[in-house]
Amino acid sequence: MAMADFLVKAPSAGRGPIEYTHEDDALRIFGFWVFIATDMVLFASLFATYAVLYRHVGHGPGPLQIFDVTGFATETFILLTSSFTCGLSTYSMHRGQKGWMMAWMVVTILLGISFISFELSEFITDVAQGATLQTSAFLSAFFTLVGTHGAHVSLGIVWMTLILIQLAIRDLTPTTARKAFVVSLYWHFLDIVWIFIFTIVYLLGEMS
Amino acid sequence: MTSIEHHLEEHSGRSNGLDSTGMDEKHTPWNHIIGFSISLVLTVLALWMVLHHIIHAAVLFGAIMALAILQAFVQLYFFMHITEHHVPQWPFHVWMLTLGVTFTILFVVASIWIMSFGAESY
Amino acid sequence: MLHNAENFASHFFVLGNPMIYGADVSILLVIFGIVFVLTYYKKWGWLWREWLTTVDHKKIGIMYLIAALLMLFRGGVDAILMRTQLIMPNMSFLKAQHYNEIFTTHGTIMILFMAMPFIFAMMNIVVPLQIGARDVAFPYLNAISFWLFFFAAMLLNISFVIGGSPDAGWTSYPPLAGITFDKGPGENFYLLALQITGIGSMATGINFFVTIMKMRAPGMTLMRMPLFTWSVLAASIIIIFAFPVLTVALTLLLLDRLAGAHFFTIFDGGNPMMYVNLFWMWGHPEVYIVVLPAFGIFSEVVATFSRKRTFGYASMVASMIAIAVISFFTWVHHFFTMGAGPGVNSFFAVATMIIAIPTGVKVFNWLFTMYQGRIKMHLPMLWAIAFIPNFAIGGATGVMLSVAPADYQYHNSYFLIAHFHQVLIGGTVFGMLAGMYYWWPKMFGIILNERLGRWAFWFFNIGFYVCFLPQYWLGWMGMTRRMYTYSTGMGWSLWNFISTIGAYMMGIGFVFIVIEVGYSILYGERDLTGDPWDGRTLEWSLPSPAPHYNFARIPEIAGRDAWWTIKEARRKGDPVVESKPFKPIHMPNDSGRPFVLSVLFFVFGFSMVFTWYPLAFVAFLGILISLILRSFEYHTDHTLSVEEIRHTEEAYGRV
Repeated sequence: MAMADFLVKAPSAGRGPIEYTHEDDALRIFGFWVFIATDMVLFASLFATYAVLYRHVGHGPGPLQIFDVTGFATETFILLTSSFTCGLSTYSMHRGQKGWMMAWMVVTILLGISFISFELSEFITDVAQGATLQTSAFLSAFFTLVGTHGAHVSLGIVWMTLILIQLAIRDLTPTTARKAFVVSLYWHFLDIVWIFIFTIVYLLGEMS
Repeated sequence: MTSIEHHLEEHSGRSNGLDSTGMDEKHTPWNHIIGFSISLVLTVLALWMVLHHIIHAAVLFGAIMALAILQAFVQLYFFMHITEHHVPQWPFHVWMLTLGVTFTILFVVASIWIMSFGAESY
Repeated sequence: MLHNAENFASHFFVLGNPMIYGADVSILLVIFGIVFVLTYYKKWGWLWREWLTTVDHKKIGIMYLIAALLMLFRGGVDAILMRTQLIMPNMSFLKAQHYNEIFTTHGTIMILFMAMPFIFAMMNIVVPLQIGARDVAFPYLNAISFWLFFFAAMLLNISFVIGGSPDAGWTSYPPLAGITFDKGPGENFYLLALQITGIGSMATGINFFVTIMKMRAPGMTLMRMPLFTWSVLAASIIIIFAFPVLTVALTLLLLDRLAGAHFFTIFDGGNPMMYVNLFWMWGHPEVYIVVLPAFGIFSEVVATFSRKRTFGYASMVASMIAIAVISFFTWVHHFFTMGAGPGVNSFFAVATMIIAIPTGVKVFNWLFTMYQGRIKMHLPMLWAIAFIPNFAIGGATGVMLSVAPADYQYHNSYFLIAHFHQVLIGGTVFGMLAGMYYWWPKMFGIILNERLGRWAFWFFNIGFYVCFLPQYWLGWMGMTRRMYTYSTGMGWSLWNFISTIGAYMMGIGFVFIVIEVGYSILYGERDLTGDPWDGRTLEWSLPSPAPHYNFARIPEIAGRDAWWTIKEARRKGDPVVESKPFKPIHMPNDSGRPFVLSVLFFVFGFSMVFTWYPLAFVAFLGILISLILRSFEYHTDHTLSVEEIRHTEEAYGRV
């Protein structure tokens, strides 16, 4: 909250990027970085589970049977591009160009939706081939790890849409700027997580 | 004039590079473009190395992990501006991320090490 | 139709046990009693406005404290029941299944619904006052944390009468806790209640980390922070990195149970030991989460009542940070007997032994702080001093357990039970009680009665040794944990009998605390100075209880022991005059949404327990809508005018 007068080392109002204008916004950005650290450990636990269980295919298919190079490569490039467009949105925000900022957010959301669509179709194909969560420890770990990331991205899409609406209603203010900045941090973080899913799940699967 | 333009004009005296990407004069987001290009190159390289099995599996795995870590730093540096130190949370958020990375590596590597007992029986 | 309803009810409600019927009746009576009192005295509005919607850290802290004491009662009754069953061989006071349920809820409640809220109570009440802040960084989130904990506690406790309690131990290891061997909804209650309270705990960790890092009064550098605040910082860091692992472990087990996944099953490649691994990746740091704030409290109490600066402040800080980090490197010592091999076991054995070093440093610092001090034996100091021999024994037996080959002998025996009760009761519970006595005047403006408090202390402390020392012997004699009865020829009868007597003594000690609180509320000495113990840290500079904005003016900090420094200056005749004018204060608005949100979480959890997915989906939508409504809320704070502040301060006689 706004406890302006006793915040240590806060920037005085107006200096620095717009999202840091008010001290309580600065606190929230800091809090969100700490949240990212917790989310990192959450994914670490899922990666650890996957790493321990990925050879435990039971009677089900292994990674090579179900991973489709074109599919996961496409997903990767879509998400990388969305991270770029999300960065451009923050760039426009810092230049005060609300129109461009919102436009890049829309592009990011659309890329996010297409990423989720590709992922869902990948899952549906797997399930149609009999590779489900219930098949083996490997598939349980696979669906949970990749699905948790997908759930994060889906939440990010909803969240970014809400921020977009608030930008339209309330204009670009220090508060809306902070909200947009925080969701952009979230989005870039999810991109980092995906890079490791791409490497440890998919590329390692291709190597097996 | 939107409020942000007003905001910028009011404080146009700053030239402290608070946002290293936002304040260059040509108004082209070169840093973002560079970051994006590097991330594409790293991804294609990793994919190519794996699909063509260019080296022995263990070395290959080490190589793609190195590329992934590099890629993570690209995101952190070019898009999340982790090195910007004029922000009020500096440097505590970097500490927390560093601790987070430490525990991430610990949890994954130690779990593999601990759980490798009798793994061949599965 | 009627038959269906009967069939449903007989599975939904726990039937056929007279003790449970007794519990049903008493729960109903308590609910009716509360509703009647609130209605009769027209207190519903007061309850909603003053408590259910508050975002004030002090009130949230008080609610945590009340909840923790209630849960201490519930967990304590479980303990008394268990000890009664074991008082003599071949007892049939509890049946095996009932015994299983009781040791499960005892452990779960004591760790997650007693120790955790107790430390959160102390954190909430004290930290903003100690660092010169007006609230935590995110007061609204703080209220959400509390209500999530509260409704999670309700969710776990309701399993007692609806659906059946969890019965696979507080660690809930698969495959025993898996769907193959444990069909009932009890385990689902455990998994969902812990999940919901875990979200709240994680938010609290983030909240206090940001608060301590960014909201200290000007001049309060990190190395000028009171040691309790340091301990909370260290505990928050552990919470931030440990709780996500618990979230994952519980989610995966829930997926095994509800969605037929194969993480921890014994078929299709699942590996139950991976759950054990994940559980203790959280579980070991968790014990430091609950003990570090206790260490912080002892540091405050020992310094205040010895009337000396803490000896070795810097080494105290360093040892807490060292403990926080090393606590993440020891988890395998909980399952040495898995047989991971000499490399793994040696590494984690050595790490465990290393963590004893910073802990030892702290004990010596407390002793040296007392050395040549003018010690006043008030209740907080009594508990702090009693902690030291207790923790020395607990620590020594802990090092014995850390020797991996020897652990094959001790593992899951009563030796282990005695050890961890010695550190958790002797460390955490003694610490929290010391803190409760110490800060009770700050919370309520009342000093707890010394005489009754001493009765409580001696009953509890002697009872503690009588209860747990015999259990080391029982462990050596081969008695394992979680056995519900034993036969006459084992040679265990005498020790078990003594142990049970000790448990009853601790129960009497608790009753004395309850009487003491009741007596003190009616007749206790009032604290009119705001500084009844001649304290050293900033919270004692405020009136008791503190005004809702805490500090009318934010103090400037010139050194460690900030309040003591000011008092010293005044004693030397240098009146530190508060001459700065009042300024308007921004305060967060109260909100009913954290309460509503947490009710929705409760509904979500409850319907997931019984796999009523449509209702779960509706509750989930409700949760999302609450979050969206908050996102669209912009007027979240208000300003107190200078007149209001002056008026309040005048009422305290502080202008």
